[in-house]
Amino acid sequence: MDGVKDFFADVRASKDYDKAIAMIPYAHFLGAHFSETEQGSLLFRLPFNEKNIGNTMLPALHGGVIAGFMENAAVISLMWTMESSSMPKIIDFNIDYILSGRAQETYARCDIVKLGKRIANVQITAWQDDPAKAIAVARSHFKLIRE
Amino acid sequence: MSEKKERTYLIDNPNFSNLLIDGFFGNIPHSQQLGVELVSAARNKAVLRIPYKEMLIGNTAAGIIHGGVILSLMDSVGGMATFCALPRMEAIATLDLRVDYLKPAVAGLGIEAAAECYKLTNTIAFIRAIAYQEDSNDPVASCVATFMRASSNKMQGVA
Repeated sequence: MDGVKDFFADVRASKDYDKAIAMIPYAHFLGAHFSETEQGSLLFRLPFNEKNIGNTMLPALHGGVIAGFMENAAVISLMWTMESSSMPKIIDFNIDYILSGRAQETYARCDIVKLGKRIANVQITAWQDDPAKAIAVARSHFKLIRE
Repeated sequence: MSEKKERTYLIDNPNFSNLLIDGFFGNIPHSQQLGVELVSAARNKAVLRIPYKEMLIGNTAAGIIHGGVILSLMDSVGGMATFCALPRMEAIATLDLRVDYLKPAVAGLGIEAAAECYKLTNTIAFIRAIAYQEDSNDPVASCVATFMRASSNKMQGVA
């Protein structure tokens, strides 16, 4: 028990989403944000930042930035949903890059395909201008730690 | 068995270091932010490392390094291994990447990643990689990835 459950309950109640990001130094470093949509799902947002560029010639976002942003989205979505007592541990992460990530704001949404007792399967989609045109799709397994 | 055709390698070009390491790799903003360093490069192979920094943490309570950092390092080292397998400079793009997290990467230690391009076709570079902290025989993560060749014409003709 590392107080994660209480922490997230507090974030959910106060809607201080950036507090959840601040808890994950790497997510904070990337500059990720998220908020709840009217439908109650989470929308993740990565504003453009020069430091996230991976190819200055195109220019394009670093593939690792897109993947890291999507992984953060999956972890936070799980924490948000399952009231876990500690952070889910990533088992694997499988990403397909569909379009190059341009130098602009990027979004992500998660679909928790399965929330088992021990394992969760999460699908993550990232896009820029058009939610129907994914720049990357990923799926990931997490080990859950329950009380 | 002898090779059917002698391959040429960009890495054998005397300008490789200038062009790729200083001119391209050394100028990737995200890699600079993470502090990615080149450890070694050879035909078809590359090793990169990230020295430990507090911002690399994914789970403050457990003090373990974020999976995303490892993803980023795997993507970078895979790209570098691809360049080390190419005959000449061309733009490349990651098509897909899978990382298996074998054990937690602990805070306080840097991470090294070694990648190999085990097959290069006219369109695709096939990569496998591992990431480790102190012992390459005890990796924290393993990875397979594919990179598309000539994904853009912007880098052609550089070397």
